[in-house]
Amino acid sequence: MIAFLTKRLMHALLVMFVISVIAFAIQGNLGDPIQQMVGQSVPESERAALRDQLGLNDPFHVQYLRFAGNALQGDFGYSYFYREPALEVIARHLPATLELVFGASLLIVLLSVPIGVFSAIKPHALLSRFFMGVSIVGISVPVFLTAIILIQIFSIGISVTLFPGSTAWGAWLNAALSTQGHMPSFGRGYELVHVMGHWDTNLASFDGLKHLVLPSIALASIMLPLFIRLIRAEMMEVLQSEYVKFARAKGIAPRRIHFLHALKNTMLPVITVGGVQIGTMVAYTILTETVFQWPGLGLMFLDAINRADIPLIVAYLMIVGVIFVVTNTLVDLIYGLVNPTVKLTGKPA
Amino acid sequence: MTLKKTLLASVIGAALAATLPATAAAETLRIGYSADPETLDIHEQLSGGMLRFSHLAFDPLVRWTQDFDFEPRLASDWEQVDATTLRMTLRKGVTFHSGNPFTAEDVAWTIERLKASPDYRTIFEPIADARALDDHTLEITTHAPYPLLLNLATYIFPLDREFYSGSTDNGQDKAEIVKAGNSFASRHLSGTGPFIVTERRQGVRVEFERYADYWDEASEGNVSRIVLTPIAENASRVAALLSGGVDFIDAVPPNDLDRVRQAQDTNLVEIPGTRIIGFQLNEARVEAFRDPRVRQAVAYAINQQGIADRLMRGFATPAAQFSPAGYSGHNPELMPRYDVERAQQLMAEAGYEDGFRIDMIAPNNRYVNDAQIAQAVANMLARINIDVNLRTMPLAQYWPEYDTRSSDAAMIGWHSDTEDSANFFQYLTACIDTDTGAGQYNYGSYCNEALDALVADADAETDLETRNAMLREAEQMLYDDAGYIMLHWQNLAYGARDGIAIDAVVNATDFPYLGDLVIGRD
Repeated sequence: MIAFLTKRLMHALLVMFVISVIAFAIQGNLGDPIQQMVGQSVPESERAALRDQLGLNDPFHVQYLRFAGNALQGDFGYSYFYREPALEVIARHLPATLELVFGASLLIVLLSVPIGVFSAIKPHALLSRFFMGVSIVGISVPVFLTAIILIQIFSIGISVTLFPGSTAWGAWLNAALSTQGHMPSFGRGYELVHVMGHWDTNLASFDGLKHLVLPSIALASIMLPLFIRLIRAEMMEVLQSEYVKFARAKGIAPRRIHFLHALKNTMLPVITVGGVQIGTMVAYTILTETVFQWPGLGLMFLDAINRADIPLIVAYLMIVGVIFVVTNTLVDLIYGLVNPTVKLTGKPA
Repeated sequence: MTLKKTLLASVIGAALAATLPATAAAETLRIGYSADPETLDIHEQLSGGMLRFSHLAFDPLVRWTQDFDFEPRLASDWEQVDATTLRMTLRKGVTFHSGNPFTAEDVAWTIERLKASPDYRTIFEPIADARALDDHTLEITTHAPYPLLLNLATYIFPLDREFYSGSTDNGQDKAEIVKAGNSFASRHLSGTGPFIVTERRQGVRVEFERYADYWDEASEGNVSRIVLTPIAENASRVAALLSGGVDFIDAVPPNDLDRVRQAQDTNLVEIPGTRIIGFQLNEARVEAFRDPRVRQAVAYAINQQGIADRLMRGFATPAAQFSPAGYSGHNPELMPRYDVERAQQLMAEAGYEDGFRIDMIAPNNRYVNDAQIAQAVANMLARINIDVNLRTMPLAQYWPEYDTRSSDAAMIGWHSDTEDSANFFQYLTACIDTDTGAGQYNYGSYCNEALDALVADADAETDLETRNAMLREAEQMLYDDAGYIMLHWQNLAYGARDGIAIDAVVNATDFPYLGDLVIGRD
């Protein structure tokens, strides 16, 4: 176990090293940060002075070694735009993203398991076909479109006048299909509850939860269909296996077979995929956060790219790399708990 | 004790409220701007966002009216003593947010600081000295006769000298201007403006409270609190307004103009802007562009009205010169000249009937519809057999690419920092001189010495009538020579909820005077 964790720690360091080299190597193509920091009419001499002051004129290896030396001491540089240490900026934006990912994960878990199991047990039911159809649409609609549709329906509101308003049924249908809107369409709201350090939470007030709803749905919309289909496929396979057939022959109640014996084995691959996907979801938040102006890591990263805020970009990429390694490690640990036949060792299998 | 104080305060407050009918019920304004202020130090960066912010937390000496006249603010009066000296009388009874009184020393100190700021240094170069004659009289002298001193005064937002003097606990000079660094001034602020910054989380929101002792008691403005949220994404910003999440947004994109206009409880305010959008033809790389007939042919080939009507959906004013209406050098006789036959004829005269091939670059996230405009221009040039290979790129990559001048044509938009015509010529078309910085954005290496001499003379001419005539002539010369391919001035569009009288406080400079904004009194 300790050997395993040590190995993963080495992985994390290697990942950070590789990412930092790559991020540093591409910085020339990210644009000129000076351009974003000065007015358009500022003369070239002032720009050159600033470039010098920031050390941007030094050769690649000098810049990299300076960065690496500082990074080893926990200093990841200073964000040009936020005028703060990059790590500080990331720490401030992290809680918003984690809460968003948490909200989306909660939706995914609560919806995908029952729907997936149901459509595996009753593959021919009308409802199953409906879920499968919707999930196909869900997979193919890009997240920003989902987000904009959600905003239009639930924030701005739509008024349907498709049916004749003069008739009673028409008026009723129009009213039933129209929405009032008024769900918050941007930001985290003003009623955040302070927990500790940089962490102000959306989860502790009604207004905060309201702000979390639409972004969570939008973010969940990409992963949810995937998980429904995954759980369904796994479950159907498990239901064909010998031990389930045997349990049936033994006369065990179907509910017990489905939810105790079959579901347990269904969840093994789901946990693996799920863990990796949660890591991916941190990356997916870029789109969701942009549309909803959610002040998390995704929005911060996109802004950093637009402003060529190189220290922040490098630090963000390295932190995301670490998040991936950590989630994968956790997945492996949990996998070991669920499936005792898996051994965690430092040796290659 | 505390109770007594509170009681006393509320009694005073009630008495004040009774004597000031203008300050009606407390109103909160929720703003969704495309960007939030980069820093609290207004001299750290010269940008539209920072100037907007300056008008909230600070006051300028003078400011522009909607008709491009000067309106006295902290300077109540001014007179030209001699060719190089301007004497300004400053308003009395003004206090900074810190409580310090506002005096001429503060202004002199602020001008010194501006002259030390990398971003403002060049603009304030003409000023030799500023000194306080007494508490409320300021004398500004220039190196040479300079006609644009009042234009510069719109950029002078006096800072609280006492507040920014001394050093912080860790020995940092409080007045120091640090680019993208953690300076005292970038985190603390004391101005005279209508609003005090109460909370600021960069990239998330800025909150303002109205300054209780604000000097301008004649102002009808009744906004007591502002919450500014940056929403960079166009669609999200419009959605925030339509859903009632914010009360006021800037930069409504052309595609959403009708939506904001037609929505039940929102209004669209559209005003002509002053930013010229156009193309520069690189004469250093393409020999044909050195022939004025070819440049004219390009100008004739472009359907500016079509671009403004169809691509921009009326969100632009077609231009045939740099200076928009209202600017000193605006020449009303110059009209867009779309005429493809004439263009083809000019190409034939110049011996380029069969045309040629060029590379062209344009940004894709800087100006409204920039990439689409560039594509349209490329298609229009095909009609005079100029085959355009267009590359568009995001802003962060565009400027470094632009600086290399390694393409044959490039798009650029320009807003005159001084709100004056000469500025356009100095940056965009002046013969390049790296020593003086002239022609810093002259991508095409266009050079017309007669034009440069005329603009230089105009800039030393203090008789404004004569000067305006000279600048009008300069516009005519540039038009005849087609030294810059004009497209249009990009309009400004704001969206606001009903009952917010935004149209009274916006102006072509794109800095809304929210201190004077009235909410809810139709």
